[in-house]
Amino acid sequence: MQRVGVFVCWCGSNIAGTVDVQAVSDALKNEPGVVFSTNYQYMCSQAGQDIIKNAIAEYKLTGIVVCSCSPRMHEATFRKTAAAAGLNPYMVEIANIREQCSWVHKDILTGTEKAIILGKAAVAKVNLNAPLTPGETPVTKRALVIGGGIAGIQTALDIADAGFPVDIVEKNPTIGGKMAQLDKTFPTLDCAACILTPKMVDVAQNENIRIFSFSEVAKIKGFVGNFDVTIKKKARYVKEELCTGCGACTEKCPMKKVPNEFNLGMDTRSAIYIPFAQAVPKVARIDPDACNMLKKGKCGICSKVCAAGAIDYTQKDQYIEEKYGAIVVATGFNPISMDKFDEFAYSQSKDVITSLEFERLTNAAGPTAGKLLRPSDHKHPHTIVFVQCVGSRCDSCAEKGKEYCSKICCMYTAKHAMLTRDKYPDTEVYVFYIDVRTPGKNFDEFYRRAVEEYGVKYIKGMVGKVTPEGDKLKVQASDLLANRQLQIDADLVVLAAAIEPDKSARPLATMLTASMDTNDFFTEAHPKLRPVESPTAGVFLSGACQGPKDIPETVSQAGAAASKVIGLLAKDKLTGNPCVAHSDEMMCNGCSTCERVCPYGAITYEDKEFRMPDRTTKIRRVASVNPAVCQGCGACTVACPSGAMDLKGFASAQIMAEVDAICK
Amino acid sequence: MKVSYFPGCTLKNKAKDLDAYAYKSAAALGVTLEEIENWQCCGGVFTTARDEVATKLSSVRALKEAADKDQPLITVCSACHNVIKQTNHAMQTDKEFANKVNRYMACEKSYAGEAQVYHYLEMLRDLVGFDTIKAKVTNALKGKKIAAYYGCLLLRPNRVMQMDDPENPTIMEDFIKAIGATPVVYAKRNECCGAYIAMESPALAEKSSNAIVQNAKAAGAEMIITACPLCRYNLIKNGADIPVVYFTELLAEALGVKEDTNE
Repeated sequence: MQRVGVFVCWCGSNIAGTVDVQAVSDALKNEPGVVFSTNYQYMCSQAGQDIIKNAIAEYKLTGIVVCSCSPRMHEATFRKTAAAAGLNPYMVEIANIREQCSWVHKDILTGTEKAIILGKAAVAKVNLNAPLTPGETPVTKRALVIGGGIAGIQTALDIADAGFPVDIVEKNPTIGGKMAQLDKTFPTLDCAACILTPKMVDVAQNENIRIFSFSEVAKIKGFVGNFDVTIKKKARYVKEELCTGCGACTEKCPMKKVPNEFNLGMDTRSAIYIPFAQAVPKVARIDPDACNMLKKGKCGICSKVCAAGAIDYTQKDQYIEEKYGAIVVATGFNPISMDKFDEFAYSQSKDVITSLEFERLTNAAGPTAGKLLRPSDHKHPHTIVFVQCVGSRCDSCAEKGKEYCSKICCMYTAKHAMLTRDKYPDTEVYVFYIDVRTPGKNFDEFYRRAVEEYGVKYIKGMVGKVTPEGDKLKVQASDLLANRQLQIDADLVVLAAAIEPDKSARPLATMLTASMDTNDFFTEAHPKLRPVESPTAGVFLSGACQGPKDIPETVSQAGAAASKVIGLLAKDKLTGNPCVAHSDEMMCNGCSTCERVCPYGAITYEDKEFRMPDRTTKIRRVASVNPAVCQGCGACTVACPSGAMDLKGFASAQIMAEVDAICK
Repeated sequence: MKVSYFPGCTLKNKAKDLDAYAYKSAAALGVTLEEIENWQCCGGVFTTARDEVATKLSSVRALKEAADKDQPLITVCSACHNVIKQTNHAMQTDKEFANKVNRYMACEKSYAGEAQVYHYLEMLRDLVGFDTIKAKVTNALKGKKIAAYYGCLLLRPNRVMQMDDPENPTIMEDFIKAIGATPVVYAKRNECCGAYIAMESPALAEKSSNAIVQNAKAAGAEMIITACPLCRYNLIKNGADIPVVYFTELLAEALGVKEDTNE
């Protein structure tokens, strides 16, 4: 028989306000096994914990029940208290009489009655508790970063700096991500490439970092500290280790009419190409959809001109298996498609472009060498209309846009408008907005400079329609402050398209069993206090995969994710959760039901020899749980038809005892 | 399939084609249009005055008859469709209005917006199916470049009409594809033709109508189709130099039933 102590907390007036705590401790005194019962103002305080410790010693308690707040809040605290007094920490049960009782009831009689019942259930459970000891698992001291944009780059560099090896898996042929496509960065207007490309080189040169470019994560198994990951290295038809990036092949390739994705299709590239001059790794790739050799078996010029002998038309996808202790998701974002927003005539006119296309048009390495020229006729535009919130903050059109604010558009539009006026003072620039949202260090000052010093015409209101007519774009809009309709003959219309998570995020989340919100952004473990951790242990979040973010915010979150990874990898061993499933082999009938429902792959079957009552032996197929992989969700205990599966610390008998105590 | 049908007064006078071809085409597609008995004019405009009841009674009567027969109510004129759908929505959501109407009508069973209202185009899309139409087309209008003209009324207010994206519609383009022709997408396809302003300020209506026709032509259109008698009137009166026809006429032509109509 256990010797149980009951400790009822007042939580100041949080509990004592609606629950008669004295009545609760008096009532629980008479429960089976209870040898001591008391109440105190703040049980979690030092003085409260001392009451528990002293009672454990004085009454030789073998189990304790604390009637207090949610176990999420202080279960760990009271387990530590018990351990300090020499009691196994898993002999502690919490009855939640705050969140589930005093906070939701107004009547003191009801509240007290319910608190007593909750206390009785906890006493009934602790009577059946057994001491548990957590197991330990080793930590693989290598991190995986999925995505090689500025978020992934920064995270990888920070982890590598702390001395741990890191692999970056990037689905494109080069790292750099969206930032590599940008021209200038707000609010300081330094050139994006000038601050990004040195970091890309750092990544390439860092001995602790390996880059798997043009690769994808194919499979993830395992758990925190011990992930087994299969990386698919897609065929690029060029031997990465031999290619010197000289570019001879790209010059000689006869197939030059392929839309260049780095410049968003505004110019062309060859079938064999290096994405841009500063690509890392600087290795060519053959586009199999455009290459004549791969499509028809005719050509082979690149192979002839390659001095390094790097071309390999027979290259196949390769699968690499690697172990990691931690995984960082840095899959980033994309602007949404403009298909459903054709009121702005994106599909009807080449001179209606997105903001990312505008970045390429003003970038010195872009299709116009940095000169702002209209895509249709390469003339200098004299009137430019910027439209903000295209697809963002769509509360009435959620099926075509996004309900959220994309956050970065106000600032980059101010940047585009200001730079246009600075370089081309003869250009009239209009910005249509719903609200201008520019919180952030030096952000609002930046926007005001665009208006006050550069004379950008900000108009509160939305554009209703863009009609291409001749070489003009007729922009029909409303000025809400002046309450009038506007007609502007524009030469160029720039759409600030909403941003959304990269399409690769959803399947990745499934592989990681990491949770996402309805917009496919990864969910953090706690929105305020654990912003860079996923609720799935060992999975961390970096950059825009968690929500829209600008570069400074991405970089700080990338560093934060890295520090969490370093904290994990610095440990030699991880203490596991002892509340895991186990199977009673004598009752197991080998049906495999548990194996099928286990979301973590923790259950395997083995053939075992058993002695039968008649002294013969028999080989039976029985379930076996890997305690290091089991997360203690309990799915198998519910599914098991013969009742062989049970969960330590939450045994079926314990749950039933609780139910009985409540229903008595 | 039998459906209730509200033609509206224009369809019995100025827009007889719209009506006649609607009947013929429906028959060819296996749909029987059952005209509402003793229907009255919808009023032409859904008045936004919330205490106005009298002008909405005609719509309620038509709705109620369709609901009693447990049939969807089909309209083909953009204006009738707009008025009837908005009235039905008001009967569903505005209790005070619905009470007033029901007390006035003094029917045995009160009406609370049970009828399903479909525009003829919606019927083609949702009840018949564009794929079925494609299969029944005997005279595909191949190579014809047609501009769909939605006008302002057909899709708005979207919250009530729930027919298509009012800024980026596709229903008429999909219809044009179903009859074998090529849709031409142009910016002004959902702009107002000027509507009743033609009475007060013909010049303004002319400007609006011209802008639409010119925009469609610039996009390569050889013909404009519409569902609205007033749109067709304005576009033609203001000098459209390409044909402006009702969509039902083209449907009848594609289904091979146009010739036996001569009303």
